[in-house]
Amino acid sequence: MIPQPGTKQPVLEVRNLVKHFPVRGRGLVRRRGGEVHAVCDVSFDLYPQETLGLVGESGCGKTTTARVLLNLQPATAGHVHYQGTELTQLSSKAMRRLRRELQIVFQDPYAALDPRLPVNEIIAEPLRIHGLYGPSGREDVRELLRLVGLTPEHGNRFPHEFSGGQRQRIGIARALALRPKVLVLDEPVSALDVSIQAGALNLLADLQARLGLSYLFVSHDLSVVRHIADRVAVMYLGRIVEVATADELFSAPAHPYTQALISAIPLPDPRKERARERIILTGDVPNPANPPSGCRFRTRCPLFAAHLTDAQRHRCTEDVPPLITHHHPTACHYTELSTLPALSGLSVAIGDDLPGSARAMRGREWG
Amino acid sequence: MPDQDLRVAQRSQTQLVARRFRRHRLAMISLVVLLALVLLAFVGGWLWKYSVADLTPDESVPPSWDHPFGTDAAGHDTFAQVLRGTQISIGIAVLGALVATVVGTVWGATAGYYGGRLDTAMMRIADLVLTLPFLAVAAVLGHNLGGSWWLIAAVIAGLYWAYVARVARGVVLSLREKEFVEAAKAIGAGDARIIFRHLVPNALGSIIVNATVLVAIAILLETALSYLGFGVRPPDTSLGLLVSDAQTAVDTRPWLFFFPGVFIIVIALTINFIGDGLRDALDPQQTRMRR
Repeated sequence: MIPQPGTKQPVLEVRNLVKHFPVRGRGLVRRRGGEVHAVCDVSFDLYPQETLGLVGESGCGKTTTARVLLNLQPATAGHVHYQGTELTQLSSKAMRRLRRELQIVFQDPYAALDPRLPVNEIIAEPLRIHGLYGPSGREDVRELLRLVGLTPEHGNRFPHEFSGGQRQRIGIARALALRPKVLVLDEPVSALDVSIQAGALNLLADLQARLGLSYLFVSHDLSVVRHIADRVAVMYLGRIVEVATADELFSAPAHPYTQALISAIPLPDPRKERARERIILTGDVPNPANPPSGCRFRTRCPLFAAHLTDAQRHRCTEDVPPLITHHHPTACHYTELSTLPALSGLSVAIGDDLPGSARAMRGREWG
Repeated sequence: MPDQDLRVAQRSQTQLVARRFRRHRLAMISLVVLLALVLLAFVGGWLWKYSVADLTPDESVPPSWDHPFGTDAAGHDTFAQVLRGTQISIGIAVLGALVATVVGTVWGATAGYYGGRLDTAMMRIADLVLTLPFLAVAAVLGHNLGGSWWLIAAVIAGLYWAYVARVARGVVLSLREKEFVEAAKAIGAGDARIIFRHLVPNALGSIIVNATVLVAIAILLETALSYLGFGVRPPDTSLGLLVSDAQTAVDTRPWLFFFPGVFIIVIALTINFIGDGLRDALDPQQTRMRR
């Protein structure tokens, strides 16, 4: 049931979102010492009942994007439309009403629950805030606990008495209490043990099917994203470099960065793992306070380093590559080169062996 | 096991805290002792055959059936005086510490949560209060307005809330960066809810410790004021005043010194233990007394 982009109205439209953090100097005067470009000109759509994966390495601005679009941090520039409402300009009071429809599950299930409140109160809190905790409130909380696979008897306990996976379920129950339409999942399973991750992911997929939710799934874990996402957006240093359906992205990645990421996913079969060739990126992620000109990936790009002429390189250093649809939207000046079989063939070849292949897993769980 | 019922009733947070407090043995004993003391002071003081100002013909007699705590050189019944002193001292200490704690917590938590200029402005006001010399302020006010017990409590609260505010602000400053505060914002919680439902409860540990210390400080301050003549005035009395009056009689008539001293210690100790119990009951991670 993959929604067809274009046939439906998106629930959430993000346009040219920018978030800069000022870097302040120490001392009395607190001069502005430049800005960290955490999110730079990010645009994407989220369609009803779809899961959009947002992937990238640490510090690339995934989480900041998630927070800015929920107005938890003010945007520097850009727009976020939710069903016709512009969120970035909204007063905090008007935003509070909309929070019923836009919810978030946090990365760290240990830090995101108030240690002083029993679980019943944690889950009841959103209901109380929005005046929905009526005479049936207690039963609603019990129902939410059941919905996420906990027993209602757990309600009197405190967060520290639960395991990480259970706490994440509490966080999900709290987010679902208001019956939201859009759920932002900020690395919801990366703090969990691998053995627990599958359970949490299945719960999320199950809830999506039952409640008709749209997910923005932020993660750095590609195999997890492949398991759950319908479409994937890849971020590098504050910019989206590629957007494609999950199948397309994993079988035919077009951007050199995506290719490198996919070639780094460990394969469960040790023979294939040894046999394959990895694209090793050199160097570190550049300082986001002083990003490279033109294409932000060029400092680490294998294509730029080995396969481009100086004239071609000039374009990479001067012009910011826009997201242009080749097979799917890709922000690279030389997509036609990067997708040549000689350069990208290895990722195509391993595509079907990756762990967490979406169709295989789903077939097993809900077939 | 009596507590192990299979169907678990859903309990409110208040019920959970009360349950945990009741399991704290020392705190429960302290609460009973303190309540008994209060009852003795207020009801007993009213029933006892002598009152504070009464002069009996017995001068400087040791404890006996007629005068359980003995009498002083002027013939005052020490038992009556101690009861009256307990009324005054508990009133001053509890009221003063309570008001200082509530005002200071609200002030400090608000400053710490909002930060920025509001924080700077609010904390400068608190700093200003901290620089006021306590005895001078208390002496001026006490001299001009008469030494009623609630005025002394008000002076103590008015000068000590700033200490509590500093503590509360410090704790809130670190708490507000926690993810559960952002989570509260994400579900639409307003500032007041975040401050009073999430930040203050998590800061209560340090605040309660401070409050119990303040009770002891308040008793001592009242003593100092009364000693200097700006606090409670004779013939009325307080525990602090009784102790300082009896300083010279420690060797000759120890009962004058001993009984009010014991009462001060018992009040300070029980309030400390109650504070401990409250702090543990409010902190669910204290698993020591869960079952």
